[in-house]
Parts: sequence; structure tokens; C-alpha cells
Amino acid sequence: MAGKNCVAIAGDTRFGVRNQTVALDSNRIFKINNRTLFGMTGLNTDILTLRESFKFQMNLYNLEEEREISPKTFAHNVAQTLYSKRFGPYFITPIIAGLEGEDYTPFLCATDLIGAMEFPKSFVVAGTGEESLMGVCETFYKENMEPDELFEVVSQCLLAAVDRDALSGWGSVVHVLTKDGITTKRLRTRKD
Amino acid sequence: MLNEFSNNTISLFLQKKKKKGSFFNFSLTTFSPNGKLLQIEHALKAVESGATSLGIKASNGVVIVTEKKLPTTLIDENSVKKIQKLNDGIGVIYSGLGPDYRVLISKARKKSQQYFKQYNEIIPVNIISRKVAGIMQEFTQSGGVRPFGVSLLVAGYDHNGPQLFQVDPSGSFWAWKATAIGKNSSNSKKFLEKRYKPDMEIEDAINTAILTLKEGFEGEMDEFNIEVGVITNDKKFRILEPEEVKDYISELNL
Repeated sequence: MAGKNCVAIAGDTRFGVRNQTVALDSNRIFKINNRTLFGMTGLNTDILTLRESFKFQMNLYNLEEEREISPKTFAHNVAQTLYSKRFGPYFITPIIAGLEGEDYTPFLCATDLIGAMEFPKSFVVAGTGEESLMGVCETFYKENMEPDELFEVVSQCLLAAVDRDALSGWGSVVHVLTKDGITTKRLRTRKD
Repeated sequence: MLNEFSNNTISLFLQKKKKKGSFFNFSLTTFSPNGKLLQIEHALKAVESGATSLGIKASNGVVIVTEKKLPTTLIDENSVKKIQKLNDGIGVIYSGLGPDYRVLISKARKKSQQYFKQYNEIIPVNIISRKVAGIMQEFTQSGGVRPFGVSLLVAGYDHNGPQLFQVDPSGSFWAWKATAIGKNSSNSKKFLEKRYKPDMEIEDAINTAILTLKEGFEGEMDEFNIEVGVITNDKKFRILEPEEVKDYISELNL
């Protein structure tokens, strides 16, 4: 979700195989650099593999270009990487959130599993609880929220949606990205 | 000994038969006893006898110029375009063998488009220079090919400001504030050393570049036998029209 010169990205930390909960601490949101956060949902092995793959690409980018990648460029890179596997795709839904440019304009991007990009201005949702998330975010979102308010809204949205979805929950983490840095908080959710 | 040699070649021949045409597994560019790569030295000679090109990096842009000496007046000078764009924001000029240049431009354009497809961003000047240099180096260490007989001047404007790079047949590349390559390069560089100022603006740089070219020019210089390319902070590389070049030349003649 985007606020005023800040973005927040939140997710639950359950890793399960259908009904069975396998882990409670699977982190699916990764920091690419000080301006870009990258979250994924979907097949866990693809999430882990792509995490390594993008880390590899970004390390090379930083060394060759001698600069940090901007969120928009990273989003295009993600879409390109996903499309390159068009006929044997990675089963993930990535979300990229960041602050673009000198003015730290909020940037949100979501793609499908084969790299079709969307650049919403307000919020973007993904995962097994995405329908509930969509509804709650629509209700609670307002424009130009300050970081604290943004954190509250994002947390409440996540908590509400996660309670409605059997396959989500068992802990959650919220990251708020502003020009001063990233604040990370863990929330207690229902453990069922 | 001759038989051994021919036996070895024939066995190599037979081994490599699966790949069509690549019977040459050995590099044509080999080290001489005193540590030099003679093929590259010869390639640089080819560059030195090519038409003069020069470039100047100003504080707010880059200019590259070249002399377009055609062997006869019968050639349609409009069909000959020496300065080429790699993409909207980067222009290139060369000294040396024209056909080698065309091939390099083609490869460089493809690389720059691949970069754009991946990142949706115009490739930075130092990155494309490095990739072109990489291509040129490949041809000094591969089987059955010779080094390119061109040096390139790559001019562009990106997030690091205006930049001017030279890429050599050996595959080395480096950035210049101002330089000349080709026939009159040493005299032109001496001239530029005196005239170059780091806070020069682009208009000044264009005048200086054309003046420097004029110094070593055989015969009368007019708007049809030189080419001028400019990029400023709008990040769009432009090749000047003959009318604009004519204005600059007449300013100098005054």
C-alpha cells in the first residue's frame, strides 16, 4: 500500500502444504536495496529460487553499473525474468514496492506469474486471501497517509483478511519503507 | 616434420568435422616473443590511416565530428552516414575500416536493445562501451577471426552526465575529456590540449571541434565533407543537418 512518500508491504508467515502447516516463520518479503522491497506469494520453492536468482542479478547489477537499481527498473526486470519462462512458469505472484526518484514517489507494481505488470497507485494484493484483502483494503485505504497511519491501516487490513482465510495466518510481518529507512514489525495473529 | 604437421592438421580437421566451417580451433592473434600481439598492433595501424574523427566532452554535452572524405565526387554523399546512433541517447563515430564498423554497430545496437528489454532503461554509456569492448576482445582470442580494424568514439549522456569513450581493436576502452583518432590524431590532440577547458559549454565545444578538424583538413572544408553529432542534457543524440554545419563553419571563417 502507498502513502505519502512512503510504502508498506505486509504478509503472513505461514508456510503450509494444503491443510498442514509446515513452518510459522517463512519470510516472503525481501529487501532489494534501501529503496525497494519485493514480496512473493505462491509456490515456496519458486519463491526461494527466485529470491536467490534476483539476489544474483542485483549483485551483478550493483557491481557493473556502480549504482542501486530503481524500483521501476527492478519491476521490469522481474517481469522480463518471469516471461522468459512463459511456457514453464514460476508459480508466484510478485509484488514490488518502493520509492522512486529524488522525490521518493511511492511506486507499486504487481505482476502475474508470467510477467503482466500493473502499476496501481493505491494498493495491491496477492495470495490465497487476496479476495478478502481486496475488500478490506478498498474500505480502509485513503490517500496521502503518513507512515504511522499507513502502518495501522496495512496491519488492520492484513489481520482482518487473514482471519477470513484458512490458509493464511500464524504470524505476520509489516515493513514500512520511508526515505529514512525500513521499519519492520511483527504482529500476532490468530494461530489457527 | 612436415608430415607430422599435416597429420595433425588432418586429424584436427576430422575431429572438428561436426561443426561446419569451424576447422580453425587456433587463434590467429598469437603472442610474439616480446609479448606483443602483432595483429592488434597492425589493426591499430589500420585505424591510424583512417579518416580523422574527434570528440569533445563539454560540461553540458558531448560533440563528435569526423571528416567524410569521399574518393570521388560521383559518390552520393547523402548515402554515406559515418556517425551512427546506437539508441536515442548514444552516438558513435569511428576511424578505420568502414565495413568492420558497420558490423560492430549492428552488434552494439542489439546489445543495447537487449538491455532495454531487460530493464526498460536506456543502457548507460560506460556499460555499452564495456560490452562493445568485450566483443572486440573476443575477436582477438577466437579461432579463425581477425581483430576489428576500427577504433570507436562513443558519446552519450546518462545519469553520470556527458561521457565520451574510446574503444580500441584490442578491446581496451577508456573515457576521454577530448580526443582525436585516425590520420591527424597526434596533431589534433596537441591542439585540443591547448584549447580544452573543463567548464566548456557545448556550443564552444562544437566550434572547437570543427576548428580542430579544420587544422588537419586537406583541401576546402564544407558542410558536405564533415559530419557533426551532438548530445546535450536532453539526452537525445542528434546528427546535425548540413545547413547547421554550414553555419558553424561560416562562423569560424569570419
